[in-house]
Amino acid sequence: MSFEFSSILQMQEDVRLGKISCRDIVSHYIAVIETKKHLNVFLEVFAEEAFQKAEATDNKIKSSEKTGKLFGCVVALKDVISIKGKNVTASSQILKNFTSLYNATVVERLLAEDAIIIGRTNCDEFAMGSSNENSSFGNVLNDLDNTKVPGGSSGGSAVAVQAGMCMVSLGTDTGGSIRQPASFCGVIGMKPTYGRVSRYGVIAYASSFDQVGPFAKTADDAALILEVIAGKDEHDATTSILPVEEYSKEIRNQKSAIKYKFAYYPQAIGHEKVDPEIREAIYNTIEKLKADGHSVEAKDFKYLDYLVPVYYVLTTAEASSNLSRYAGIHYGYRDKGATEMEDVIRNSRSKGFGKEVQRRIMLGTFVLSSGYYDAYYTHAQKVRQIIRNETENILSQYDYIILPTTPTTAFGIGQIKDPIEMYLADIFTVQAPITGNPAISVPLFRHSNGMPFGLQIIGKRYKEKELLSVTKLLQQGY
Amino acid sequence: MNIYDTYEVVIGLEVHTQLLTKTKAYSGDIAAYGGEANTHVSVVTLGHPGSLPVFNKRTLEFAMKMGIACNCSITKVNQFARKNYFYADLPKGYQITQDKTPLCTNGYILIGEFGKEKKIGITRIHMEEDAGKSIHDLDPFYTLIDLNRAGTPLIEIVSEPDLRSADEAYDYITEIRKLVRHLDICDGNMEEGSLRCDANISVRKKDEKDFGVKVEVKNMNSIRNVKRAIEFEIKRQIDAIEKGETIVQETRSFDGINGSTKSMRSKESAHDYRYFPEPDLPPLIVTEKMIDDVKKEMPALPKQLMHKYIEQLHLSVYDAEILTSEKNVSLYFEELITKTKNYKSAANWIIGPVKEWCNTNAKDIFEFPLTTNHLTEIIQLIDTGKINFTIVTQQLFPALLNEPNETAEGLAKKLNLIQQQDSSLIEALAEDALAKYPEKVAEYKNGKKGLMGLFMGEVMKMSGGKADPKIATKILEEKLNGG
Repeated sequence: MSFEFSSILQMQEDVRLGKISCRDIVSHYIAVIETKKHLNVFLEVFAEEAFQKAEATDNKIKSSEKTGKLFGCVVALKDVISIKGKNVTASSQILKNFTSLYNATVVERLLAEDAIIIGRTNCDEFAMGSSNENSSFGNVLNDLDNTKVPGGSSGGSAVAVQAGMCMVSLGTDTGGSIRQPASFCGVIGMKPTYGRVSRYGVIAYASSFDQVGPFAKTADDAALILEVIAGKDEHDATTSILPVEEYSKEIRNQKSAIKYKFAYYPQAIGHEKVDPEIREAIYNTIEKLKADGHSVEAKDFKYLDYLVPVYYVLTTAEASSNLSRYAGIHYGYRDKGATEMEDVIRNSRSKGFGKEVQRRIMLGTFVLSSGYYDAYYTHAQKVRQIIRNETENILSQYDYIILPTTPTTAFGIGQIKDPIEMYLADIFTVQAPITGNPAISVPLFRHSNGMPFGLQIIGKRYKEKELLSVTKLLQQGY
Repeated sequence: MNIYDTYEVVIGLEVHTQLLTKTKAYSGDIAAYGGEANTHVSVVTLGHPGSLPVFNKRTLEFAMKMGIACNCSITKVNQFARKNYFYADLPKGYQITQDKTPLCTNGYILIGEFGKEKKIGITRIHMEEDAGKSIHDLDPFYTLIDLNRAGTPLIEIVSEPDLRSADEAYDYITEIRKLVRHLDICDGNMEEGSLRCDANISVRKKDEKDFGVKVEVKNMNSIRNVKRAIEFEIKRQIDAIEKGETIVQETRSFDGINGSTKSMRSKESAHDYRYFPEPDLPPLIVTEKMIDDVKKEMPALPKQLMHKYIEQLHLSVYDAEILTSEKNVSLYFEELITKTKNYKSAANWIIGPVKEWCNTNAKDIFEFPLTTNHLTEIIQLIDTGKINFTIVTQQLFPALLNEPNETAEGLAKKLNLIQQQDSSLIEALAEDALAKYPEKVAEYKNGKKGLMGLFMGEVMKMSGGKADPKIATKILEEKLNGG
């Protein structure tokens, strides 16, 4: 039976009407995953569990039992999200055979709403990277052009949605790891407000930046997933107690007449690194928004050049500590040759971690070390606060900030060799995690080179509904 | 002059105390001591990927109690911090602690003899979690790790360098231990490691203004060993300086068997702990109300009780010290003095027979079978002359211990121990007694007043010890002097 996915709600209606069963849907996705194996998206496919869940759901529907919000919804998870009894590796050799003892809170919430978890997706090792080339389990290929990267670090989750290997997926975003691959793959990618989604059970890269968020084809689907996974979690002290709105219902019923106030940074769009076609597309969008009665104003943002340095000082500092637990002592890879404790730790980490991860651990250790601490870590903390204040200030006057998601479209595999050049490609995505604001990449454009790119919108804190709402508006008419 | 007397010793102590919370500092795992290895461990304690800490509010409450007891300021905005180092029994590779914003700052405690106390400054008290245990002597090839202790809450109490001798250090830890026990926040057991002490020790010539180079000494598992370690270290440092050597800043380990210290690591190889704010925990806000609530729950502290007992109850310093040395003893005494106003007698009963019972039976005063009502009754029976003190200690008290469900007076009646206060009966006995010794009566009348004891003894003997001695004396005097 052929299946064509348009939206979660449509799929659910079809299942209810008996046009298709959840089992058939899972078969469909398993088949696509098999066909597109060369993309190297999945590190593991949970076919058996997916079929079990599908059949259980089909039975529920037959017997008119209550079903969860996400019944029939086939979801892929970035392999930093723990599933009880399954391996979770962060695409690292150091966790190659590590099995999680518990479910991440987002997994609990997905399963409680009857979602079908189809597999775990490839990513950059410990979510560090912008191209998926740092995975120790091989590159992920962009489905639109197999010579191009999918972006990173949540490249596998982005391609899973792009290539129709699942309906929606979850990634994590620390400096753009959802939005950048979403832009490169032509799908929606959203980073919620810091504190909106629980990080419990999600392998940490930089704790004060990391957020889990969805990849989807439509704003409605992203909204539905987010409302399920968001909200206070007693296991994560940094989650907010603010109630979660029913984003999906709210944006379904939204009035199109609302006029918004947008700000954009001319320095960003005009930045020398920005591809001229991307620049032009964004200026055109600005004009169209104005023509439609929205207000769009240029806003000076002085701190553009500080974003990437602040981001790398603080995230590597946190990462150097977060990754200390992978020491070859209690679990994960242990170097067999070592006998003394220090050698076990040193050798296991030297062999178990990839190059980029080691680079960032060393950077982070350096910026926290005595003698350099104030010059780097303390300084960066101060600048982070300044950037927060300024962003807060802008968003007190405007509803949204418009930015390119990425300065370029997806680049070639192996094309960027200099890590600093790779870091600088994060220039437009790091602001939101530095400040904790929610941001989304909306797939609006296609470059003459054939590759897609997104428009990035940063919203006010905890205004996910508004962000999804404007995404829907843009997707409909832009 | 002894060369050692030309030096001044400067000591600061860091005391770690394990808090008696039910669960761990940042997880719901049980915090109890012991247990089969690696049974009090969840993914949080194990530091598994993706696990996150959640702060246990009881830790805060316990730490605040100690801070208030040490006259500290309580910090309103508390940031947790990570202290990073690699060790096999530290599963996360960092310890969650406090760095720049310790919960308690700028306090003091008093040590030394009552009325001549010395103030010892408390620099800070902060909250942190313990590491697991590395067991090196159980397996011939491997070091074994037990993570039951990992994540249990600790407070670290850091003193100012105000201590000037090993004896002062001894008094200081004794006082700290008394306080934590009194507050019920730690069992104070140094042998089991629930109270641990590191000492920073330096010496300088008495006229010197700057501190000498300090040496940190670890691994002293009793208060006595803290004293021994410091004594050894003082001598070692002074001898070295006298020989023209320089003291190197280092960490040394105390060896309890030979009473010496030996170098563990130098300053150069000291850890760089790379403290930074713990991003997984939001700042902890302490309100005035929270401080007030904790204050309301605090028991009176030993020093406050000392003052009360000496100044208001007019007890001796010695008595007051014994009554405040253990929390439960002072609680028992506090309860007792709500019922009797004979404070001296109340104190004597506790310091004497009650403590003796505790010592003989190796039990806590809370297990003592008699209630404060019993003791109140006993004190009153003696004070009103209904029963003789000796009879109480020798007969009634032991009998009551066996039959604690009886009242003191009820049992005394049952055992026929109530003093004879009927003067006509005593008068008859007195007449009999005097009639028995006519010559002695004559001698008495001729001035040999010491014979009163003989007549009294006879009256008591005839009454079976129950005649009220005051009444008997009075009657005998009347008869001898009047007749």
